[in-house]
Amino acid sequence: MSIIDSLLNDFFWRALIGGLGVALIAGPLGCFVVWRRLAYFGDTLAHSALLGIALSFLISVPLNVGVIITCVIIALVLVAFSRTRALATDTLLGILAHSALAIGLVTLSFMPDVRVDLTGLLFGDLLAMSRDDLLWIYGGAAVILALLVTLWQGLLMSTIHEELARVEGFPVERLRLVLMLMFSLVIAVAMKIVGVLLITALLIIPAASARRLARTPEHMVALAMVFGFVAVSGGLALSWHLDTPAGPSVVVTAFLAFLVTYSTTARTAA
Amino acid sequence: MTDPLVNLDNVTVRFDDRPAVDRVDLNVHRGDIITIIGPNGAGKTTLIKALLGLQPITSGKVQRAPGLVIGYVPQNLQMEATLPLSVRRFMALSGRRRGECLKALARTGIEHLANASVHHLSGGEKQRLLLARALARKPDLLVLDEPAQGVDINGQAALYELIRELRDELGCGVIMISHDLHLVMAATDKVICLNQHVCCSGFPADISHDPAFIETFGQSVAESVAVYHHHHNHRHNLHGDVVFGQSSSADSHGGSCNHVHH
Repeated sequence: MSIIDSLLNDFFWRALIGGLGVALIAGPLGCFVVWRRLAYFGDTLAHSALLGIALSFLISVPLNVGVIITCVIIALVLVAFSRTRALATDTLLGILAHSALAIGLVTLSFMPDVRVDLTGLLFGDLLAMSRDDLLWIYGGAAVILALLVTLWQGLLMSTIHEELARVEGFPVERLRLVLMLMFSLVIAVAMKIVGVLLITALLIIPAASARRLARTPEHMVALAMVFGFVAVSGGLALSWHLDTPAGPSVVVTAFLAFLVTYSTTARTAA
Repeated sequence: MTDPLVNLDNVTVRFDDRPAVDRVDLNVHRGDIITIIGPNGAGKTTLIKALLGLQPITSGKVQRAPGLVIGYVPQNLQMEATLPLSVRRFMALSGRRRGECLKALARTGIEHLANASVHHLSGGEKQRLLLARALARKPDLLVLDEPAQGVDINGQAALYELIRELRDELGCGVIMISHDLHLVMAATDKVICLNQHVCCSGFPADISHDPAFIETFGQSVAESVAVYHHHHNHRHNLHGDVVFGQSSSADSHGGSCNHVHH
């Protein structure tokens, strides 16, 4: 107990433990982002997290709750709008991503009493990881992993071929909704480590590195988790020793691992 | 006659104001092989998507028999290359047991590809994989959207033959879209010519036994290429619009008919 306690008293270890928890869920969700071509969609949700933070201050709810709710609402709006096909999806995402970010920043500037570390929110902060955050991360990870295991078959099938999945009786729309909820949750908890601007990188880069080596979808998920672990621990070590910002250090490590993987492996088969 | 597996009653699907499918009635029974033909943009795919429940309909009614198991072979299997997937795994996702999956692969002649990546299959192999997957589900109704796409001419004949055999083995109903008119005629029970509305429908066998037809084309051609009879009360101009009451010589399909089939 005392060892764990002293570990948790050390902010570096808190950040590392938290980061590993995030890697655990960023791995599988990152694979879905890559498989379903949701990179820009994830970016939009992450950007809207800042709006969520501003709104949380405005109506005094816990930050995580505000972020999750805002992300879910933005996700639903996106789905509803993309159905109307009035605008190309990338245009729509561009509008929402940057507007949400800008509205969040403007709203925060109207609240002089609220002292927020904007750089920390945008790029992650090693020092910001509290014990409460750890609870959020591991609670969130437990929920997400449980959902993934339960719904795996349907999620995978509707990713491979949506119409085939629908004909075979999978609740495709509901699964899409659950996936969005999970994205919102991972953004809310990963925000602390890498910041809202770089969350998508933590989702995509480990998954892309994993693709080169993977033979099955599950294999790719496991490898993405490993690459996520590598990125988080390497990045935090970099941040610790060189006093670099946490989020960018994590992303740089992930990118280096990606380069190494792609230059050392032949074009794969599966 | 038993209840149909699926029943379309006066089904219309509109995109904006243009009807893609216009007041179509259709029944598929067990043992049927129904082929939908028609020009590009005739609403063939829209019609079967409405039948499958993938496409919301504007008016009319689609009734599927309760507990109906559908095997669907979509037009093409475009899969995201970032998702590593073997043939075996893709089959296993049907939720059927391993033995049944392998048997279905063997039935469509691609059991040797079980460990291959789905991303490395040729067009014909992909079609056989999709058919195997539909087959593993032991469907009551097999729905195929241009099953012979990307398959060479010998393969096409074999594929239609296989579909007919599967109908006999499973006792299922089959509805498919096809462009391969001549091959389809030999393998099908009933042809529906669609151009938004149902232009005509008929049984190819009727006409292939017609003495006049056999006299003209010879016994072997009549048997291999069963051209079905085509009664029209209207024609289509180049835009596909319906033109009523033109010359009577266009009433049956002959050299003067400007009705285009692909």
